[in-house]
Amino acid sequence: MNLHEYQSRDLLSQYSINFPKGEVGSSPNEIYEIVKKFNSEVVVKAQIHSGGRGKAGGVKLCKTANDAQKFASEIIGKRIITDQTDSGGVIVEKLLVTELTNIKKEIYLSIIIDPDIEGPVMIASSEGGMDIEKIAEESPEKIIKVTFDPILGLKPYQIRQITHSLGIPKKSVGSFYNLVKNLHNAFLETDSTLIEINPLVLDEEENIIPLDCKINIDDDSQFRQKTIFELRDKNQENPMETRAKDFNLAYVKLDKGNVGCLVNGAGLAMATMDVTTKSGCFPANFLDVGGSTDKDKIKEAFRILVSDKKVEYLLINLFAGIARADLIAEGVVEAAKETSFGLPIIVCMKGTNADIGFKILNDSNLDIHIAKNLGHAAELLTSVSNEN
Amino acid sequence: MLLNKNTKVLIQGLGKDGSFQAKKSIEYGTNVVACVHPNKNDQLFENKIPYFETVKDAIHQTGANAGVIYVPAPFAIDAIIEQIDAGLDLVVCITEGIPVHDMVKVKSYLKGKKTKLIGPNCPGIISPELKIKIGIIPGDICNVGKVGVVSRSGTLTYEAISQIGDAGFGQSLCIGIGGDPIHGTSFVDALEFFEQDKNTNSIVLIGEIGGTKEQQAAEFIKNNISKPVVFTIAGTTAPKGKRMGHAGAVISGKMGLASEKINILKKAGAHHADDPSKIGETLKKLI
Repeated sequence: MNLHEYQSRDLLSQYSINFPKGEVGSSPNEIYEIVKKFNSEVVVKAQIHSGGRGKAGGVKLCKTANDAQKFASEIIGKRIITDQTDSGGVIVEKLLVTELTNIKKEIYLSIIIDPDIEGPVMIASSEGGMDIEKIAEESPEKIIKVTFDPILGLKPYQIRQITHSLGIPKKSVGSFYNLVKNLHNAFLETDSTLIEINPLVLDEEENIIPLDCKINIDDDSQFRQKTIFELRDKNQENPMETRAKDFNLAYVKLDKGNVGCLVNGAGLAMATMDVTTKSGCFPANFLDVGGSTDKDKIKEAFRILVSDKKVEYLLINLFAGIARADLIAEGVVEAAKETSFGLPIIVCMKGTNADIGFKILNDSNLDIHIAKNLGHAAELLTSVSNEN
Repeated sequence: MLLNKNTKVLIQGLGKDGSFQAKKSIEYGTNVVACVHPNKNDQLFENKIPYFETVKDAIHQTGANAGVIYVPAPFAIDAIIEQIDAGLDLVVCITEGIPVHDMVKVKSYLKGKKTKLIGPNCPGIISPELKIKIGIIPGDICNVGKVGVVSRSGTLTYEAISQIGDAGFGQSLCIGIGGDPIHGTSFVDALEFFEQDKNTNSIVLIGEIGGTKEQQAAEFIKNNISKPVVFTIAGTTAPKGKRMGHAGAVISGKMGLASEKINILKKAGAHHADDPSKIGETLKKLI
């Protein structure tokens, strides 16, 4: 789960990591009032679940309250498309207003769970303010990586190593040490997979000040991070993906595509998408209905798929191990009736009660095409799409 | 050896799914000797297999040497650590949705221990020849044979197994290593096992987008594997930055792309099944 910048600031402030004064508003008038109150130059930042917002026009330096109000009226309610969003972009509903900080030096600092190292890693660079992947590409020697044991935690000597490598001035060593230690505590206690402060700045007086931050929380930690998960902003998600999540379905909408895919298992669902492209068509989505699938879940999955108006064909691919193919077939037939679905459905089913499942589908009035295997399903898709 | 005729299995977490899978494993022929579940001490599972309160008790009384975990995600780390601590040779964790912070602790704890961990979020391991199934891979789709299968997926593994069968072959051993970003047994561990295993003459590897585990596999294949390897990578059409069901299936950098993985595995000498429906066909051309 992604947090907004303002939420990440609030969360980190609970760990004594303090950002420059800032306040959130969701209307041009509110923004006007906030800037008036600050009585200084400010930075106004769109709160969206995506990086690259600066380039996309989502951040503005404003000299007066009127400037800020004008910017707010232009951007609130608009969708911002960045190189990290899909073509629909994400909506701007809130703006964060922060005080301006004088900047002498910018640092990059983050902690991630690195799947290659199979543990937590603190990453730092003296080239702050830039995208870390860009730093890694252009000047990898400027990246400091410190792996630490998740049971022992980050040890003082490791923090000293980072401090030294970054060339933190003597006066700021103590506050930098505390900031790193606090960031590390926040990382471990919030089940974060990423906490990034970029930039972390040294101002003219050599104070250490975090300016921008980003936090991702492990989706699988919801059961023990209930308070944090209350911060979830569903408006930043694709509405169909949100609805699927509520039914415990893993669904990802794809930008283009006319074949709705309904599959059990994540690997098989990806494989089904891949095979679909071989047919000359393109998948409209990724959908994994899970292992122990019942009829209601299948019906909801079907409804989500057909609510996508670009869908012209359905491809159902199931390997019923725990699930029963006959129940799944019943769910498909009922949901199709309910939604008056008349488009072609290609079905590939194996495993428990597949024969009964096929019979149920064949006996329905639906336009069913039974595939012997995954390769055959692609061939059927080609022939069906050529007919239409 | 991961499995042998002396493998005695302990099952931990016998809720609805765990009990169902336990029965299936017993039916297949697996020597299940003990069940571990809270507050069922002195009772019997299916009127024959004793329940124990702790893994240590179960090992002490039955000589179990392998364990499987169906415990729900919030409690799974406790079960994994308990099984490692009790000294089981093999631990298979089926549970999906374990927080990644728990798994990095498990990996750290596992260092220097003799236990081999498979999973989590995996379908487990099956040997058609020994008739041992630890986990949820359907037994009826497997045949005795000489193809070693290793995969990050569940149902795509079943698809591969059934394609291998359709091509006229069977499996020496199938290992589902799991769809999480951090797991016990890696592709490399499985490849090393298959290279040494006399019953394996070829290998099917099923990877997917995200991480660099396939790149590590490629490096190992290039230097250490003499047996033919057929592979497919699921997710060639997946968008960047989105979690495709599995927690590990997210393209976060160039290395996570299917195309990167395919290129590097091809260069290492592995044979690419052009799409996931051609695993059996590709294998047939080789052996």
